[in-house]
Amino acid sequence: MTNNILIFNRLRQLGLLLLVIFSSFSAVAANKVFPEPPNPPRLVNDYANMLSSGEQQQLENKLVSFDRTTSTQITIVTITDLGGYDVSDYTIQLFNRWKIGQAGKNNGVLLLVSLNDRKAWITTGKGLEGVLTDAKTARIFRNELKPAFKQGNYFGGLNQTVDAIIEVTKGEYKADKKSKDGGIPLAAIVVIIIFIVFIIKMTGGGGRGGNRRGGYMSSGGLGDIATGMIIGNLLNGGRGGSSWGGGSDWGGGGGFGGFGGGSSGGGGAGGGW
Amino acid sequence: MKKGLLIAAGIILMIVFMGGCTYNGMNGTQKEAQQKWADVQSSYQRRSDLIPNLVATVKGVANFETTTLTQVIQARASATSIKVDPKDLTPEKLQQFQQSQGQLSQALGRLMVVSEQYPQLKANENFKDLQSQLEGTENRIKVSRDAYNEAVKVYNVKVTNFPNVLLAGMFGFKEMTMFQAEQGADKAPKVEF
Repeated sequence: MTNNILIFNRLRQLGLLLLVIFSSFSAVAANKVFPEPPNPPRLVNDYANMLSSGEQQQLENKLVSFDRTTSTQITIVTITDLGGYDVSDYTIQLFNRWKIGQAGKNNGVLLLVSLNDRKAWITTGKGLEGVLTDAKTARIFRNELKPAFKQGNYFGGLNQTVDAIIEVTKGEYKADKKSKDGGIPLAAIVVIIIFIVFIIKMTGGGGRGGNRRGGYMSSGGLGDIATGMIIGNLLNGGRGGSSWGGGSDWGGGGGFGGFGGGSSGGGGAGGGW
Repeated sequence: MKKGLLIAAGIILMIVFMGGCTYNGMNGTQKEAQQKWADVQSSYQRRSDLIPNLVATVKGVANFETTTLTQVIQARASATSIKVDPKDLTPEKLQQFQQSQGQLSQALGRLMVVSEQYPQLKANENFKDLQSQLEGTENRIKVSRDAYNEAVKVYNVKVTNFPNVLLAGMFGFKEMTMFQAEQGADKAPKVEF
């Protein structure tokens, strides 16, 4: 009796060990299956070469400008195969790995196409589930993507699908204005200017009152450094307050600034074509 | 004498402080895991809420096979009767919950397979919508279960690590149970359009 229990325990240990080994293998495999987030960031990622470069650019421009005005990030990814994953599972996992959409809003959409599997899936961020419901997403897939893809018209299908998603989601979010009232308030500027003038006067006065010429030089130098620092700070402060500093959707001179940390709860729809 | 007293007081203060930190850490991760459990339950609830509509739509189709339909209705009734309070999440209760929901998954899967034989149903827009909602809900269930397991893992590591394990017993922090993968029973029903 106790022997049996002992053997059972041994078996359990062995099973656990195998499980650990197996899961570490699958973790390695998973990393190969899922591409890393694109660098530099892009919203159209045509890994399966289904589009010409002109078509890619056309879609990218459309999606980037939609991201700028609404902060909603619609992303297209095409891959050759799913590596054994279910298409919905793959798309949700990729969505949450890349963190598409803005952090608090969760307003991302991932449109994934697997060429060899002839399957596509649209995953929605949690914040868009209200407007882009599963039923609506499924309709977009059935009416816009599927018929065009059946005819081999990949660009047309993607373009129509994107248009339909934009149509549904456009009123939902607005891009944050990064500067609320034109950077630094006027009062702060006045105070800072008075402060600068005060310092210049003080150091200047110290120089005149000083009995050695070296003293004048050094204090004058100090004053210049202080002034420079204040002006530098002023400029930095101005940058931080304006829409140029650290803004994810404005950096990089017009391109896409990167994914914003959004997540998906698993909503969406799709299927085969 | 005085110095000794001071040192003793210092040590006691340090222990209390460290204990407080440990407690907060365990408490925070436990609350997180419990919140994830609530998400799991609400995603299952979402699925249950879809079923009456689905049943009504399917019933509308002439001579639809009644056995599969009845099985879905029964499985739903027994699945919704089991609700688990996150504070009372014993392994037995979790298993019971998982089993009843798994039965509902199977019944729904069969219903989807059977519905393939009814062209009238397949052409029904309302049914198509319900299919996609059901599919999306299965995915939400999966995501919420994964998130719950992840949160429980973090919490369990916290309460079983040294020195936390000493205090965990004192404060009543027990290990929490994760969802186990089921063989086929819990796979989302495959719905092809």
